[in-house]
Amino acid sequence: MTNEELQKTIESWFPVPEFTQPEFSTEGSQFLNVSIEPENLHELMGLLQHHPETHFDYLFCLTGVDYGKELGVVYHLESTVHRHIIVVKVQTEDRENPIFDSVQDLWATANFHEREVYDFFGIKFRNHPNMKRLFLSEDWEGFPLRKDYVDDVNMVVK
Amino acid sequence: MGIINKKETASKAGQIPEDFPGKVIPAGNGANIVVTSLDKIINWGRANSLWSLYFGTSCCAIEMMQTGAARHDYSRFGFEVARPSPRQADLIIIAGTITNKMAPVLRRLYDQMAEPKYVIAMGACAISGGPFFYNSYSVVKGADHVIPVDIYVPGCPPRPEALLEGMIMLQKKIMTESRTKQKNPIEGFDEGK
Repeated sequence: MTNEELQKTIESWFPVPEFTQPEFSTEGSQFLNVSIEPENLHELMGLLQHHPETHFDYLFCLTGVDYGKELGVVYHLESTVHRHIIVVKVQTEDRENPIFDSVQDLWATANFHEREVYDFFGIKFRNHPNMKRLFLSEDWEGFPLRKDYVDDVNMVVK
Repeated sequence: MGIINKKETASKAGQIPEDFPGKVIPAGNGANIVVTSLDKIINWGRANSLWSLYFGTSCCAIEMMQTGAARHDYSRFGFEVARPSPRQADLIIIAGTITNKMAPVLRRLYDQMAEPKYVIAMGACAISGGPFFYNSYSVVKGADHVIPVDIYVPGCPPRPEALLEGMIMLQKKIMTESRTKQKNPIEGFDEGK
């Protein structure tokens, strides 16, 4: 499917205009970008994977992002059947306790990716079976890839 | 009688224990020749048979492998083989970035090596943290924060010729060693000496 067809298909899944709609964009990107509210994330992801027309069976990248004010996660999905790619973005302004739904029940590879995102950005994932640090030691304080991270001992800031 | 007196004065200086059995024969004419000649032989043997430990933490390791491979072939100079165990190695070439998580492992490997042991810091990361000096929460600013280093080989990564030069410099350093003035390199290192 092309980007336009993908957009039409996804819009047809959210027919009720009262609810917050996913936002679409292809600006500065070769892929279709879908921004979605955190509460609709898991539903959209489930549809993207299971729907025979989209059939996104491969999560090839899961990234945490600190936009400065918001924290977010970016999912890159590909279908090995239809060979189309989509980018799903989700973000929250809550920096104290950011939490999104885990997608590790849909794509098992997300298990470690979400632990990595938690390790470096402190974003938690609901329904994750093993939500603990992956690379850093268990007693590490703070989340080093956040923009406001400070470490006076180890970091020489320039 | 003279020998006993010598033993007492020496023991006062803290060199020979009180209950040391037998005679103490002091070094005199002739003995130094034996020691210095022994030094030469031992140094020659050590310098020309340095076995290095496999320790590559990033891209410098590729260059280190190339130094060991056919074109540059460091075994021409006596760095015969690389060993996977610190117990069998005389030399550790720190080829790559040392992170805070890796530092205790490096220290343990160094401590497990049998003496005499030598260290070459290869590349910018091992010397100072290199490209990770600024704004990094995870990289140690130089392997000499963890273990004492004999030779620094600059480069990012250094070419095999540069590493060979460093290794030959280490051999030259070993050739100047003296048994009588020998000191454990780790002694006082943690206190910052």
